[in-house]
Amino acid sequence: MSIKLDEPLELVQSPETIIVPETPVAEESQTARTKPSALKSPTLWLTCAPLIMILGWALFPTFFTGFDPISGVPAQKFQGPGAEHWFGTDHLGRDVFARVVHGTSQTLLTAGLAVTIGLVVGTGLGLLAATAGRAADAVTMRLIDVLLAVPGFLISLIIVTAFAPGPISLGVGVGIASIASFARVVRSEVLRVRSLDYVEAAFMNGGTYWSVVFNHILPNSCGPVLALLAVDLGVAILAISGLGFLGFGSPPPTPEWGLLIAEGRQYLASAWWLTTLPGVVIVAVVILLAGLGRQLHKIFRF
Amino acid sequence: MAAYIAKRIGQALLVIWLAYTLVFLAVQLLPNDPVTIFLSADAAADPATIAAMKAQYGYDQPLLTQYFNQLIGLFQGDFGYSLASGQPVSERIGAVVGSTLVLASSSFITAVLFAVLLVAAATLARQSWLKRLIVNLPPLFAAIPVFWLGLVLLQVLSIQLGVMSLFPDGSFAAIGVPVLVLAIHVSAPIAQVLLKSVDNVNAQPFVDVLRAKGASPSWIFFRHTLKNAAAPAMTISGITVGTLLAGSVITETVFARSGLGQVVLQAVTAQDVALVQGLVLLTATAFVVVNLVVDLLYPLLDPRILKSGTHGAPRALAA
Repeated sequence: MSIKLDEPLELVQSPETIIVPETPVAEESQTARTKPSALKSPTLWLTCAPLIMILGWALFPTFFTGFDPISGVPAQKFQGPGAEHWFGTDHLGRDVFARVVHGTSQTLLTAGLAVTIGLVVGTGLGLLAATAGRAADAVTMRLIDVLLAVPGFLISLIIVTAFAPGPISLGVGVGIASIASFARVVRSEVLRVRSLDYVEAAFMNGGTYWSVVFNHILPNSCGPVLALLAVDLGVAILAISGLGFLGFGSPPPTPEWGLLIAEGRQYLASAWWLTTLPGVVIVAVVILLAGLGRQLHKIFRF
Repeated sequence: MAAYIAKRIGQALLVIWLAYTLVFLAVQLLPNDPVTIFLSADAAADPATIAAMKAQYGYDQPLLTQYFNQLIGLFQGDFGYSLASGQPVSERIGAVVGSTLVLASSSFITAVLFAVLLVAAATLARQSWLKRLIVNLPPLFAAIPVFWLGLVLLQVLSIQLGVMSLFPDGSFAAIGVPVLVLAIHVSAPIAQVLLKSVDNVNAQPFVDVLRAKGASPSWIFFRHTLKNAAAPAMTISGITVGTLLAGSVITETVFARSGLGQVVLQAVTAQDVALVQGLVLLTATAFVVVNLVVDLLYPLLDPRILKSGTHGAPRALAA
């Protein structure tokens, strides 16, 4: 228990408010300095603004482009990038930028499904390993070793083979593959938080296992998990576009990002923009998400 | 030392066995058995055909019998039979695995060399802007999809500059460019971990002592820092084996090379569960063996691991 010198002392009202501050004593002053400024950081907003725009592409695609992603104007086929068609047009005269914008929701939904599976199951397993005793820990960690030993790509392949190609199979496959990293991060965070004094205090105040886990341990270990969430969304987008490129995702007329590039592959010699420009969007989104993850990690690092 | 090796080998075997069991269970949990899934591709399959095929491949046996028969088969190198071609899975995979191994292993070696060079350049660069530029390369590499980089390089090198053929023709570029594409992708996590680890080592007092004694930055880096910083990078290198395989499949598709990529594509398109099962086991085994080698090399690099009672190598995976 310590007292922050740069903050006014709080009136003690009930035994619960006595609980020690959320951070270990040593780094406290640093946290106090970085926390309020974090949300004002221009880098954070510079990272978030384009990501919010991409989210806009997914939610309101027609707001960002007036062209139809499925039916094109055959007379305008194979036009290079220009003022009218930013990313050019493809072999059917469809606007490539419109296809990228309309494909965003497909890619984000699949990646979102994957990340949700990873987050929910991974958090459950990590929590189990960290709080339910030594035997549970050993069993869970071996299970996670196995998940790590079977490359995510192959897990996706098994699911896609068994349930026929499609976005849901892809999302589930990539999601199962990301369980291991979530479980590891949650486990180490929960172990760290568990050993802090205020958790001990909460137990001594008569808290039950579940009330302490949900009121104290989980909320205080969520920072690194949030950071991982952003990074993992980028990783999932990469994996899904790779599998989509191989043809394991949505069937052709759907404008999914990986599939867009796979379709453009036939016209590599005549129309470079069909493959190059959608790829630039993928790279940008993944880099931004990784950057967001790094910054979240910094904000939440205690 | 012997106890450490025995423990590691035991863990590796356990993980392979668990991987096998999980894949077996996962296949059983599917709504249909492998034969029905495979035959669902052509609608004309009648129950008699399905039953005959099930009997032929042993899928009509009780579950436990199937499990132990397959497990015993594995020890004899028998991975079962491909449903699509009727060939043994080991034959199907063995025919093409060489080409993929060449691609994957050359890419791996290139990736490790590239990562070390990148980190050396970042550490030894005098200008701070250059340093910042190099440090930001690995995150960029990690964000580039393998298939996209391959297609862009094909576009530039073969269509615009005409220095390589669109299809593999045995020239140096035909193997060099795919290796480069895959290596760039695989080098990213290795370089990121090595950079962090080198920073940690450079903050230690013995580096100051070396500097005070007048050692040049490059001497310190190659003679002292690198060796001390190598352990976490080795762990992550072992873990990239999975990425390497996925990347190989995609690279082979982009550059129209023959190899495991083709088999994977055919197996998935035909819904050939038996073949996919074999591929998964093979990769899991490769992954576990490489990581076992990494674990066994660890004490050579850092003898403290054998002394401390903690469980072996520090896994450098914390987010």
